[in-house]
Amino acid sequence: MSRTAGFISSWELREVALSRAEYELILKRLAQEPNQLELGMLGVLWSEHCSYKTSKPLLRRLPGRGRQVLQGPGENAGAVDVGGGWACVFKVESHNHPSAIEPYQGAATGVGGILRDVMAMGARPLALLDSLRFGPLPESRPHFEGVVAGIGGYGNCMGIPTVGGEIYFDECYAGNPLVNAMCVGVVRSKELMLARAEGTGSRLLLVGARTGRDGIHGASFASLELDGDSDERRPAVQVGNPFLEKCLLEACQELRGLGEVVAVQDLGAAGLTSSVAECAGRAKAGARIDVTRVPRRETGMSPYEVMLSESQERMLIVVRPGGEARVAKVFAKWDLEAAVIGEVTDDGQLTVTEGDSVVARLPVQLLTEGAPERNPRSQPRAQQATILNLDRLLSEPEDLGGVLVKLLGSPNLCSRLPVHRRYDTMNGAATIIPPGGDAAMVRLNGTQIGLALTLDGNGRYCQLDPFTGAQIAVCEAARNIVATGAVPIGVTDCLNFANPDRPEVYWELEQAVAGIAEACASLELPVVSGNVSLYNESEQGGAIQPTPVIGMVGVISDYRRRLTAGLRQAGDFVLLIGQTRSDIGGSEYMKVMFGQVSGSPPALDLAREQAVQGFIREAHETELLYSAHDVAEGGMLVALAESCLLGDLGVRCPALVGDGGLRLDVACFSESQSRFLISAPPRAMPNLQTLARSHRVEITLLGLAGGSELEFEGQIRVSLSELRKAWAGGLEKALQSTRE
Amino acid sequence: MRFGVVVFPGTWSDRDMRLALSGVEGAEAIPLWHKERDLQGADCVILPGGFSYGDYLRTGAIARFSPVLESVVEFAAQGGLVLGSCNGFQVLCEAGLLPGALVRNANLEFRCQWQHMVCERGDTPFTHGIHTGQVLRMPISHGEGNYVADPATLSRLEQNRQVVFRYCDSGGLVDAEANPNGSQHNIAGIVNERGNVLGMMPHPERCADADLGGLDGLRLFEAILRTPAGARGAAGSSAAPLGVA
Repeated sequence: MSRTAGFISSWELREVALSRAEYELILKRLAQEPNQLELGMLGVLWSEHCSYKTSKPLLRRLPGRGRQVLQGPGENAGAVDVGGGWACVFKVESHNHPSAIEPYQGAATGVGGILRDVMAMGARPLALLDSLRFGPLPESRPHFEGVVAGIGGYGNCMGIPTVGGEIYFDECYAGNPLVNAMCVGVVRSKELMLARAEGTGSRLLLVGARTGRDGIHGASFASLELDGDSDERRPAVQVGNPFLEKCLLEACQELRGLGEVVAVQDLGAAGLTSSVAECAGRAKAGARIDVTRVPRRETGMSPYEVMLSESQERMLIVVRPGGEARVAKVFAKWDLEAAVIGEVTDDGQLTVTEGDSVVARLPVQLLTEGAPERNPRSQPRAQQATILNLDRLLSEPEDLGGVLVKLLGSPNLCSRLPVHRRYDTMNGAATIIPPGGDAAMVRLNGTQIGLALTLDGNGRYCQLDPFTGAQIAVCEAARNIVATGAVPIGVTDCLNFANPDRPEVYWELEQAVAGIAEACASLELPVVSGNVSLYNESEQGGAIQPTPVIGMVGVISDYRRRLTAGLRQAGDFVLLIGQTRSDIGGSEYMKVMFGQVSGSPPALDLAREQAVQGFIREAHETELLYSAHDVAEGGMLVALAESCLLGDLGVRCPALVGDGGLRLDVACFSESQSRFLISAPPRAMPNLQTLARSHRVEITLLGLAGGSELEFEGQIRVSLSELRKAWAGGLEKALQSTRE
Repeated sequence: MRFGVVVFPGTWSDRDMRLALSGVEGAEAIPLWHKERDLQGADCVILPGGFSYGDYLRTGAIARFSPVLESVVEFAAQGGLVLGSCNGFQVLCEAGLLPGALVRNANLEFRCQWQHMVCERGDTPFTHGIHTGQVLRMPISHGEGNYVADPATLSRLEQNRQVVFRYCDSGGLVDAEANPNGSQHNIAGIVNERGNVLGMMPHPERCADADLGGLDGLRLFEAILRTPAGARGAAGSSAAPLGVA
């Protein structure tokens, strides 16, 4: 453990992912040089993954407060008050790098980790959502298949339904897929747990799986770019055991009401080091643990390996002295080990012993707060051409119905049913709106409360303009919630970016965070939890598009009043709310039909967005609506086709006239924001028009629901069966396309 | 009437099952812990869905050795009503209470979806009130629901009319296209010869509430409630064989 004073090789520093400047700072803060274990512990906690040293200065801009916020960022997960004395606990987290090199286990343990975050708050997980991004099919099929199987393998076995999310394909994710998992749980507000190791002398119990050598340096690995050597880091990916976690879940539920339990903390990235330090740090306390008391899966493990292991399915329970036996008994019922490994101290130090000898001793605050914030150089990316002169670029297609069929069958727009049906979507007897609509909805059994859930992003818009793209991600998530009749109340965000040491990437991050902050402030939405994943680059796909993903929760006080996206009955009016403009930059239409990603993303006006969402909410409250659907990727015509397919009902419309001389293809496929497609009984029309006027939003009658075709007189006529065939079979076709 | 819902480590439908039964007039549901032999006076034992013991080795293979199952086997031998759904069906097969086995879905994928099935026996204690030939719609959610048995067993099952549910389309047509997992003869659920043990892959507890999309599961619970107490054999009476002619 001794080292020649003042000398440390670059290799040693790279091994623990510390910069030389950071090492110098550590030397200044400590009276003596850190030994190897101490250096390893500092390395993982100061990694980007654990310390957020690059993103922290930016994240402070996000609004974290609000009337309904019970717990903002800084805990295992955030929590909001959803009424009736209930708290909704939720968080999204990335598992991108592990999924890149070991798709099944990477995705599975991502799900396992986010579940434990919610469990640590004392909540019972209710639902999972996943935002996934891969390179194009069929080349990225191994990633796709492995990740989908891993998510299902873990979530299905745990018995937590996977109710939503999104899947996109783009070249930039070819070597670096994105796997962001969100978990939503509920707990009575008064039983919400905080992970603070309070009370000197409180015992630290390590429960669940035994500790092995898996996942050492996982946190540091997550903070590097993927390269040709990444495969050698496969041992840094953990292996999941959902059965064990299911037992852990039930045991944790039984802790509720045990007065002896002070806190529960998940063991995730950086394992024992991080969970003990964070838990003690939040209480401004210290802790002392003895590595020989940690139950192990393997023999001969060094203190270094024990402290840095990222073995899954472990939790730290802080228990008042004397309560150990009662807590251990709960775990014993579920055949789980619970070992007292140490206690809370008041000296502010994290002391690690091996038997009687001290092997590491570091100030807790140095570990958890000491990493110097980075302030990388920021430089705007070279401006893209902002105005697309469509007429000069592209000729207007003659067969718009054919274009619609092609779009509906394209990988980014086709039905996700082939994926959703591989997930248990119904477990818990709570899924009120299954995946496939705008937002999913789960109810709180025993109440009338419904929670609308969505997870959304658009890397392509952000590539063209990270500020506007990030704003759109927030607004679209909110529209998804509003389309179910619920009111958005809280946000969790996952910021997936490339290497921030490149000035233009840091600029993207800066812009995206600013966009999220402004949109959330405008819609009065607090960001209560989140995760940042940087260094998402690969040799294959280069840097990923800036991809902020927004998880959102909404509440409806009576789930029986929910709205869905499908048309309901023949004879209903089908209406477009909002204005269609020439927002064709970054659209699926441009990408699928012409292979172009250019121009500006759709313009967004937050005041207009508020007005349109306000209109939908009020129209629903006054019971004027039969269905509502967010108009998103693919534009009005794709949204209309989706409403037809989801409701299994056609629509007959007079010829479409583009506003202000818009080309017909633009009117159909423009991705103008702040629009909804609704259906309503004809008698509601006068009230809807009055309401639209008072909210100053445009309302356009498109046509009448009915029949088995989607028709615009003299312009478009496609049978639902043809649309369904393309839509339902799109994914399978993309997966199989090598054989053509 | 008292329903005992068995909880193995890894079981997850137990809570949904108890929730569904809480909405059934006259039904009381209690959990039965896998380590306990006492069935606590249950009139009907339910083995719910999940991944008992992680389904390591084979689905249901370890659950059969649990203490509670010894009592369940005894209970069934006395004519007590036993309903296994999903993982519960797999456990019943492993325990030898039902013939055959459930193997990996033919499409090699987990499948969670609404599924039609035709009821071919309206005269079991589990299906009283459902007409023979009636099409029901229930969720399935499994990776290993592909029913297999040797030819002799299969023909015995058919001869004895032990197939209670068969996967079909919405019109009741039983064919390969309507088969979600490759089960032989489209089998979704079977009873033992005596008719007091039912195993089925679909989840009745997930369709006992219109807000969840269907009520056909409720029909099963109501049928069990209608079964005369004398025919249940819960008190250890040697009840007469039910249903099977």
